[in-house]
Amino acid sequence: MTIDYAKVGLKAGLEIHQQLNTSAKLFCNCPPKLFTEEPTITFLRRLRPTQSELGQIDPAAFFEFQKGVKILYEANNETSCLVEMDEEPPHQLNPEALEIALLVGLLMNAKPIDEVYVMRKTVIDGSNTTGFQRTCVVAMDGEIMVKDKKIPIQHIGLEEDAARKTGEEGNVIRYRIDRLGIPLIEIATAPVIYSPKEAEEVALAIGRILRATGKVKRGLGSIRQDLNVSIPNGALIEIKGVQELELVSVVIEREVERQLNLIKIKEELQKRTIKKEELKEEFSNVTPVFQQTECKVIKTALSKGKQVFAVKLPKFTGLLKKELTTGIRLGSEMADRARFWGKVGGIFHTDELPAYGITKEETEKLKKTMNATDQDAVVFVADSKGNAFDALKAVAERAREALEGVPEETRAANPDGTTRYMRPRPGAARMYPETDVPPIQVKPEYLAQLRSQLPELPEQKMQRLMMDYALNEKLARQVLDSEYSQLFEVIVQNCGVSATTVAVALTETLKALKREGFAVENVSDEQFIELFRAVGSGELAKEAIPDVLGWLAKNETATVAQAVENLGLGTLKPEELERIIDDAIRDNAALVKERGTAAFGALMGIIMKQARGKAKAESVSELLKKKLKQFA
Amino acid sequence: MNKETLSGYKGDALQALKKAGAEIGDILRVTKDDRTYEGILIPRSENGNHKHIVLKMRNGYNVGVQITPTTKIERIGVGAKPTFQPPPLPKQKENLPKVAILSTGGTIASRVDYRTGGVRPALTANDLYSVVPELADIAVIDAEIVFSLFSENITPKHWTEISKNVAKHIEKGKSGIVIAHGTDTLGYTAAALSFALQNLPVPVVLVGSQRSADRPSSDAATNLLGAVQAAATAPFAEVVVCMHESISDEAIVFHRGTKARKCHTSRRDAFKSINALPVARLRDGKLSMLVEDYNKRESNRKLVLKPDFDEKVALVKFYPGMNPKTIDWHVENGYKGIVLEGTGLGHVGNHLFPAVRKAIEQNVIVAMASQCIWGRLGMTVYDTGRDLLAMGVVPLDDMLAETALVKLMWVLGQTKNTDEAKRLLKTNIAHEFSPCSMYEEEKQYDD
Repeated sequence: MTIDYAKVGLKAGLEIHQQLNTSAKLFCNCPPKLFTEEPTITFLRRLRPTQSELGQIDPAAFFEFQKGVKILYEANNETSCLVEMDEEPPHQLNPEALEIALLVGLLMNAKPIDEVYVMRKTVIDGSNTTGFQRTCVVAMDGEIMVKDKKIPIQHIGLEEDAARKTGEEGNVIRYRIDRLGIPLIEIATAPVIYSPKEAEEVALAIGRILRATGKVKRGLGSIRQDLNVSIPNGALIEIKGVQELELVSVVIEREVERQLNLIKIKEELQKRTIKKEELKEEFSNVTPVFQQTECKVIKTALSKGKQVFAVKLPKFTGLLKKELTTGIRLGSEMADRARFWGKVGGIFHTDELPAYGITKEETEKLKKTMNATDQDAVVFVADSKGNAFDALKAVAERAREALEGVPEETRAANPDGTTRYMRPRPGAARMYPETDVPPIQVKPEYLAQLRSQLPELPEQKMQRLMMDYALNEKLARQVLDSEYSQLFEVIVQNCGVSATTVAVALTETLKALKREGFAVENVSDEQFIELFRAVGSGELAKEAIPDVLGWLAKNETATVAQAVENLGLGTLKPEELERIIDDAIRDNAALVKERGTAAFGALMGIIMKQARGKAKAESVSELLKKKLKQFA
Repeated sequence: MNKETLSGYKGDALQALKKAGAEIGDILRVTKDDRTYEGILIPRSENGNHKHIVLKMRNGYNVGVQITPTTKIERIGVGAKPTFQPPPLPKQKENLPKVAILSTGGTIASRVDYRTGGVRPALTANDLYSVVPELADIAVIDAEIVFSLFSENITPKHWTEISKNVAKHIEKGKSGIVIAHGTDTLGYTAAALSFALQNLPVPVVLVGSQRSADRPSSDAATNLLGAVQAAATAPFAEVVVCMHESISDEAIVFHRGTKARKCHTSRRDAFKSINALPVARLRDGKLSMLVEDYNKRESNRKLVLKPDFDEKVALVKFYPGMNPKTIDWHVENGYKGIVLEGTGLGHVGNHLFPAVRKAIEQNVIVAMASQCIWGRLGMTVYDTGRDLLAMGVVPLDDMLAETALVKLMWVLGQTKNTDEAKRLLKTNIAHEFSPCSMYEEEKQYDD
């Protein structure tokens, strides 16, 4: 649906997290690297919810703890030490990271904090071994201009990245702690963004400033955008972890759509005159209905001694299958909740039946057992009684929330731009001081020194790219917006390849390869430089660049020479090229005889089939013309 | 808010805050060079400089604002003073064993003041139940704060006080005693109690934690639960140290009080049994014994309390080039015992011999333990050892140097007679000597 965002009253804010390319992590000297091999160290932990400053325990955290959730951490000695294992106090705040954050702050006209305090933000899902994330505000009250509009930057912060989840088996969640402690800069805008497109522009502008420091990591997962989205009569929804810039606008579009449809459901429910008290947490054992079922999920569950439990949602018929936004229905929102609170695989509901091997007869029988009329919906799960009750309780709760419209919650972004329930919104100020790290004073002399060496701003860089490298505006902008803008200059200055060739390769070629599914972020700076050196020295034709990059993306640690060998590339020696041309002329003697030099076009095509990537088209054309003249 | 009205502030910052009539917890607006900060005034670290004030902003972050002559401070409100609201208490089950938890300090059973980040003791039984409600399923807790000290500030006088307190609770018929203690000197206190509390009818479990209780990842609750379970039901009646076995929250081990040593500055499994196996292990709620030779629980046994220690005993570590006057100083200052922490099999440089001889002649007991930590002395192997023995140095075999110090303090608290003292020192009282040095000390997860 097309939405007039101004009319809807959309308000959005961005919180951008970008990994910094420092030589060490934020609170220890480990390199900020990930590993893909099997872990050499594992350890098991339980996180215990502690009381917040208000004496309250986060209900979601306490619930997880009661369920006996354990966390299996994976590590190796190359990427982490006792600090990440929460077995050694943090070292001092990494001064390199602090400097980058201060630089970004100054570039955004923000005011640096006189004395920076590291805080502990409670995070109890296991992603931090400590149970909290170390975070600090470095500068406040900045602003950037985006298309002549002032976007206030509320704060610029520095925090440690979290461990990354690698799996979940039963009540054991696996996390890898290599990513834990990698410095992240956090930029938070005020909620002054009024359209999805504008959000994307703001994100892009912030990204440009971050890249201007030349000290940010690139590749999937190195930047994560969190969004807060609200519309009147909806709710303020926090959406975590949008990994691609292109998704920012899509996520906001879908979120607005979801909220508008939830408001419609609320209105429909009001028409149907349902009261909260009617949505009771009364669960029935309906296992007998499915004794003979052909539904595989239920059959498997029953064979493991599990049972089927159901809850009736009076007057909800038809609403569970109502699409909120592409692929997301009210039913899927309930399923998310059921999975989170009940650790169940999923739910079934009557709006989608008969299906999944559940017959019409079974559906009728179920409704009868539950005393459900045609206006009611029935939701059921096949699991242990404990899990099933927790899941159905969450379903009933979600149904009651539907009466009020949009529930406040924290959601996680999916790769397609939709979102899913992540957890209830945490209470305010889950923060207390990190007493192991002393506060850091930011002295005026130091700031003056930083101010004198600020990196050039994106607009300046844009001008310089066009002037110094004779790039056209389109290419210059692409380089500016690319994660490779810094590498671009290094290559042009060192490899003897034309700026345009490098710019096209680093922007359009990479984009095309990515679209074809190549993991181009795997190609390292060193590999890029090696590749362009080979092109510059004439060992490799520039036409071979896409093939080599594609091969390197699949062979992370390989050299360019290996790529050339494996792809059968490399520049032809003059005598080899001559032989190919001679062969072509001989094989097409009739044509040459008949048309003379006009056979050039046809022959060129034939020869380039063999020589593409191995010889420059200009040299082929030159030599072919010469030969044809000899024949003529 | 008690004496904390402007805790930690000094100099310019204090003057400016006083002028504004501000107190800790007030909401302030600080204006400086057209920048404005709003937040709750937070106490300042005692070691902080005099120029900054610390505010907790609405977003939860703390920031330090430097006070300049033009800085304006306004008090715009009184912040909500956070209070500790424990969750509802679990129901006490009267038929469960009764366990005393004595707190001496340390982070094991403390709670954080989220406003300041400071850690405060929380050791009424109610506090404990509220922080670790599972305790109510194991025992009926009688909690008492004996004192609240960092363990580096604990002295032999405190060992005496703890011993008497333990005796009092055993007298009252407790099924076991748990002592919460800072980990730095936990090993010393454990050794001291091992000698002071003889003929124990029930277990005495010292417990510490390596990560403060405010963190969700703290080992405090797991260790405390293990300690209380052992105190309530373990088959042994000895003084033990209860800590994590590894860096995982899986197994808790119980080290003998005379054999436990803190061997790591920060890891959860900092404590190791030296030259001995741990007594028992608790895993998945099940306690299994790892040694056969132990003192069994027998509630009718009569405790023998010997709580006196003589503090005129020193532990002196030998190092290359050590000045012999170090030993003379102790003798001249009335020390009655010196434990030498010698090298290797039990050696000190021969330039120390005259000083050692003089000490022994003046009736100072000089004993030897090894700085190798692991292994047993062998003072008859080299001339140096033989010479020291000939002078009258008492070899303490495989005893830990720290335990040797504590034992000599205790011995001299029992008798002033040098010969009797030497005899007691060499008598195995609480498994401080192992009969054999075993190859395999650490049994790994063998249930």
